[in-house]
Amino acid sequence: MNHKQVPPVDHAWMRGALRRRMSRRDLFRYAGAGAGALSLSSILAACGVQGEGGTASGPTGGEEGSTQWWADRKADGPGDLVNFTNWPAYIDRDLSIDGPGSRPTLFAFTEETGIDVTYRADINSNEEFYAAIRPALESGQDTGHDIIVITNGQELTELIQLGFLIELDPELRPNFDAYCGQTFRDPAYDPGNRYTMAWQSGMTGIAYNTKFVDEQITSLEDMLNPKYAGHVGMLNNTNDAQTLAMIELGVNPETSTPDDWQLAADFLQRFNDTGVLRAWTDQAYLTGIENEDLWVTMAWSGDILNDKLYFPEYASFEFVIPDAGAAVWVDNGCIPNSAANPVGAMMVMDWYFQPQIAAMLTEWNAYVSPVPAGADIVQADAEAATGDDKVVLETIATHPAVFPTPEIESKLYNYRVLGGDEIEAWNDLFNPIFIS
Amino acid sequence: MLWLLLLFIIPMFAMASLSLQTGSSLEGFQQTFRFANFTDAISANAEFVFRSLRNGAIVTVVALLLAYPVAYWIAFYGGRFKTVFLFVLLLPFFISFVIRTVAWSFILSDDGIVLGTLKSIGLLPDSYHVLGTTVAVIAGITYNLVPFTILPLYVSLEQIDPRLVEAAKDLYASRWQAFRKVVFPLSLPGVFAAVLLTSIPAIGDYVNAAVLGGFAPGTSMVGNVIQTEFLRNRDYPEGAALAFVLMALMVVGAVIYARLLGTERITEG
Repeated sequence: MNHKQVPPVDHAWMRGALRRRMSRRDLFRYAGAGAGALSLSSILAACGVQGEGGTASGPTGGEEGSTQWWADRKADGPGDLVNFTNWPAYIDRDLSIDGPGSRPTLFAFTEETGIDVTYRADINSNEEFYAAIRPALESGQDTGHDIIVITNGQELTELIQLGFLIELDPELRPNFDAYCGQTFRDPAYDPGNRYTMAWQSGMTGIAYNTKFVDEQITSLEDMLNPKYAGHVGMLNNTNDAQTLAMIELGVNPETSTPDDWQLAADFLQRFNDTGVLRAWTDQAYLTGIENEDLWVTMAWSGDILNDKLYFPEYASFEFVIPDAGAAVWVDNGCIPNSAANPVGAMMVMDWYFQPQIAAMLTEWNAYVSPVPAGADIVQADAEAATGDDKVVLETIATHPAVFPTPEIESKLYNYRVLGGDEIEAWNDLFNPIFIS
Repeated sequence: MLWLLLLFIIPMFAMASLSLQTGSSLEGFQQTFRFANFTDAISANAEFVFRSLRNGAIVTVVALLLAYPVAYWIAFYGGRFKTVFLFVLLLPFFISFVIRTVAWSFILSDDGIVLGTLKSIGLLPDSYHVLGTTVAVIAGITYNLVPFTILPLYVSLEQIDPRLVEAAKDLYASRWQAFRKVVFPLSLPGVFAAVLLTSIPAIGDYVNAAVLGGFAPGTSMVGNVIQTEFLRNRDYPEGAALAFVLMALMVVGAVIYARLLGTERITEG
C-alpha cells in the first residue's frame, strides 16, 4: 500500500481537493435557516424531552446492545455500507488519487471486507453535533450515522447516561483487545469500554502563523498582545478554553473547585474586554488560520502539524504546548442507537487498532494514536524514507505532541469531570463568555 | 385552516409550553409554568435584543436608500426590459443565501481577493479586517435583504400613472417637487411594506451575524443567542422564552408602526 504520498506541487489543486473546510460547517449549522430558523422537529421533539438521569443500566433480553441482539445482528452479517461521521482533518489522505482510494486506510478496509464506507467529516463541535442528532435519538430514530466520534466530556457522558449509544459487542473487537494501549482501556468516562473505543487522542494548545507573529507564544497571556488585535481565536466548547485557562492560572483542572472556575472565567473574559479576540470558534479555527484571518489561536495538535507538514503554504504554522501545560483529550468512536449497520461499524472501529493501519493514520494526521505498537512502524518508516518524505515522517516520529516525552506528559491535564450537580454551574459561568 | 393549525398554531403552542419548563438536557424538562424564564431571558440578553433592534434599524434605512432609486429607475425607465431587470434582481436567489453569505466571508477574508490585494499594494495595514465586525454583519444583512426592499417599492411605483407627474410639471412643479409631492406620497404603501419586509428578517437574522461576524465580541445578535441555546447549550426553555420575547417585540412594533402610518393607506394603495 502506498500511503506516504508526497503532495503534488500544484497547491491550487490540493486546496480544491481538500476544501473540506469551506462551507460544510456553515451548511450544517445553518441548514434550514432560510426555511424558518429553528427546525420544527427539533422544537417539537424538545417539547417532550424526558431525560433518564442516573446511570445507564445494561440492555437486557433482546434489547439493542444485548448479547442476544448482537447475536442476531451477527447472524444477519455486516451490511454493505457503513456511514462513518468524523471530525475534519482526521483521516489519512492520498492526495495523488481521486475517489475512494484517496483514503488509503478506509480503502484497504473496503478491499478486505467488501464493505463500503461513506466517510463524512461533518463534526465540528461536540455540542452542536450532539444537539443536532439528539432529536432523532430522543424519538428512537436512526441518526443516519453508524459511527460517530465524540470527545470525552459532557456530551459523551450524556450520550451514555441517556442510553443513546449501543453497548458494544466484546467479541467484535479482536484488534482492540490485542493492541489498544493501556491508557485507552477502561477509561474513567466509560468503564470497560462498554460504549466507546478510542479513535485518536490529542492536545489542546496554541497555534500561530510565524508570518505574522514574531514572538514565541508560550501562554494564553501572550495571545492577549494588542499587536494581534482582531486576529486571535479562542475555542468555544465545554472544556478547552476553561481547561487551558486553569492550567495557566496554576490550577490543576482535574481537581478544580468552583472558585477556580470563577478565576478562569475572569481570565477568559479578558479576551472579550480587551478587543484582541476575533472569534470564539469551533473547528472553524482551522479555516481561520489557513485564510490568515487568525494569526494566533487555540488549536488541536494534529490539525496544525498535518497542515504544516503536508501543505507547503502552511509551513509557517507552529503548534506549541504552553509552558504551563496543555489539555489532553480522547476522541471516541461510538455507535448511536438504531444505527443501520452496527456490525459493520464495529468492524471499521476495530480495523483501526491494527498497528499497520494505526501507523498509516498517525503518519498523516499527527495525532496521538491509541495503538502503541504503531509507533515502531512509524519509526521504521521514518528511517526507511527518503527525501521530503523523510523530513515529514521524522518530524512526526519525534514530535512531542505525537509521541509525548515524559517531560511533556507531566504537563498534560485531563478535563474536569463534572458531577451532575456541577454541570449547570459550570455552563452558566462559561457559556455567556462565548457569546457577547 | 388545517394548514394554519398544523404549521403555525401547534408549533407555537409547543414553543409556548417549552418556554415555561424547567430542567436540563440530562435530566429532562418538566412543565412547571416558570414564568421567570421570560424575565431571565430578558435580563440576561437585553444587550443582544438592543443590538438586533439597532442593526435592524440601520439595515432598513440603508436598504431603503439603496432600493428606492433602483425601484424608481426600473419602474419609470425600465421600458420593455422591466421583467428582465426584475429577473436579474432575483437571480441571486437561485443560490441558497447561506452559500452566498459564506461566499462573502471568503471574498472579505483578511487575505482574500479584496483585502489581500489592497494590503499587498500597501493601501491597508496588515491588521485591517472587515470580517468579525458589526459593519460586516450589517452589510451582509443589507445585501441579503435589499431585493425584498426593492420589490414592494417597485410594485407601488410601477402603479403610479406617469401622467400625474406630467400634470404636476404642467403646474410648474420642478422635478424634485413633482417627486416630493406626487411620486413619493403615492409610493408610501410600498415603503411601508418594504420597511416591514426588511426590518423583521433583519432583526431576526443570525446567519450573517454568525458567518460574517464570526462570534467576535460585540457582533452577535439575539438570533445567535437563541440558536446557541437550542443548537449548542440544549437549554430549550431559555431559547424558547427568548424567541417569544423577540416575536412579541416585533409584533408590537409592527402594530404600532401600522397605526402610526395608517393601515387604510395600505388597503387603499
